[in-house]
Amino acid sequence: MPMASQPADATQAVADAVIDVQGLEAWYGRRRILHGIDFRVMPGEIRVIMGGSGSGKSTLLRHLLGLQKPRRGRLRLLGVDVARAGPDELLALRRQIGVSFQGGALFTSMTVGENVALPLREHTRLDENTIRIMSRLKLEVVNLGGFQDLMPSQLSGGMVKRAALARAIVMDPKLLFFDEPSAGLDPVVSAELDELILQLRDAMRMSIVVVTHELESAFKIADTITVLDQGNVLMTGTAAAVRGSDNERIQDLLNRRPREVSVDVDAYLRRLTEEQA
Amino acid sequence: MEAVLRPLELLGRRTVTAVAALGHAGMLLAESLYFTAWGWRRGQPVRLRMVFEQMRQVGVDAVPIVALLSLTIGVMLGIQFIAALSEFGAESQVVVAAAKSITREFGALITGIVVAGRSGSAFAARLGSMTVSQEIDALAVIGIDPVRYLVAPALIAMLVMLPVLTILADTVAIIGAGLYSAGPLDMSVGGYVQQTVRLLEPRDLWEGLAKSGVFAVLITLIGVATGFSVSGGAEGVGRATTRAVVLSISALVVADMLFSFFLNR
Repeated sequence: MPMASQPADATQAVADAVIDVQGLEAWYGRRRILHGIDFRVMPGEIRVIMGGSGSGKSTLLRHLLGLQKPRRGRLRLLGVDVARAGPDELLALRRQIGVSFQGGALFTSMTVGENVALPLREHTRLDENTIRIMSRLKLEVVNLGGFQDLMPSQLSGGMVKRAALARAIVMDPKLLFFDEPSAGLDPVVSAELDELILQLRDAMRMSIVVVTHELESAFKIADTITVLDQGNVLMTGTAAAVRGSDNERIQDLLNRRPREVSVDVDAYLRRLTEEQA
Repeated sequence: MEAVLRPLELLGRRTVTAVAALGHAGMLLAESLYFTAWGWRRGQPVRLRMVFEQMRQVGVDAVPIVALLSLTIGVMLGIQFIAALSEFGAESQVVVAAAKSITREFGALITGIVVAGRSGSAFAARLGSMTVSQEIDALAVIGIDPVRYLVAPALIAMLVMLPVLTILADTVAIIGAGLYSAGPLDMSVGGYVQQTVRLLEPRDLWEGLAKSGVFAVLITLIGVATGFSVSGGAEGVGRATTRAVVLSISALVVADMLFSFFLNR
């Protein structure tokens, strides 16, 4: 099982890393969302990014996907500096990356089969028959064989997520991102999806980054977990290390303890005015 | 002091928002033209299948409503011109008045308003719901530029179909004017149309067609820019759709007025 332990040769680790984030800062207007994030994901690793609402995990994911440019810091994916990459370099990088969004983000005007086939149609010169066979195979990998002619609106929540996963892996990416795989699913379907993620890593040898706040799912699939809180990395370590952490915020998160709520109206209004300005 | 500063601040903020929106629309136009001309060289071609699909939605599907409204406008113009010009004993001028006002003005404007209502709102609704459901993000991470895939086909389809619909509207409106006016002018509808063709100059047609080209760009850019800027779920999509229609029709009327001012002085 590949792990993200601290290697002796740090330079070699940077060169090998599929994701290398250093000092990443993100801002919305005058509000800083990410406060200098550092982390590294190694080949074949399943990294779970965990944190409560407002911890910055969605913003971090948007940066990792190149949907937002970092205000400060460095972000390298598969050796490519995302912030400085030109359009062609970014396009080549994106062909090696798969993403499954929280709500699936299937194109509602296309059938499930057309959704899965879209990256092949756009990025390869394969003939239509081969494209059809390949997309059917990927649908079978996620246990959706025979569903290619249905529209996304005809699928259940779990099936939408699996179809989105089939689309994400159709180009055999080296790196797969998964945003909240368990959100909105019942425990059985959620567990099936976790199992699928593990199988994909083993069968296709891809590195996988999962953003979630579901503890059970995170501990089941993660090689390493990065815990975010208010835009900071609280810790990165194995599931056992996170469980055994004596950090109060991590224990609050693990034990579902609510934060102490104190309402400072003046501070709130001040912040609101600053944000509007 | 507060009473003076606050409206100024509001004005400043609105100006910045408007300039940013104009800049965004300009970028969408430039990127669409770039992908249309050079996309195939970068392996990012504008798909003809998408263009034809948009042409069907924007143009072919709009034919019945454009024809119906144009016929109505034509008949209405016939009634008004016969009534107004007969007061001066100038009924014979009805043919030229109707022909020029339809080809220079009403054909393009009515078509533009109908298409803004149908397709401008459809662009905003489609892109808005795709933005909300992260489909636009999905396109981007798959490596498909959303402007190339969604905006450029819509712009090309509009630039082709709006002038075609305008020619249809001109023809049907002239026939409509003839249907009413032929009787009072003591001529056949066929004779009315033949006289119209003789009186029209190429410039009359070009003026209407040039307007329709500008209208096509305005409707597309306002629709897609409004759609891309949607936030706030289904309610946001509804607001964007209404906003796109109101902005498009307002822009069309103002652009039409500017065209008429500069071309007819």
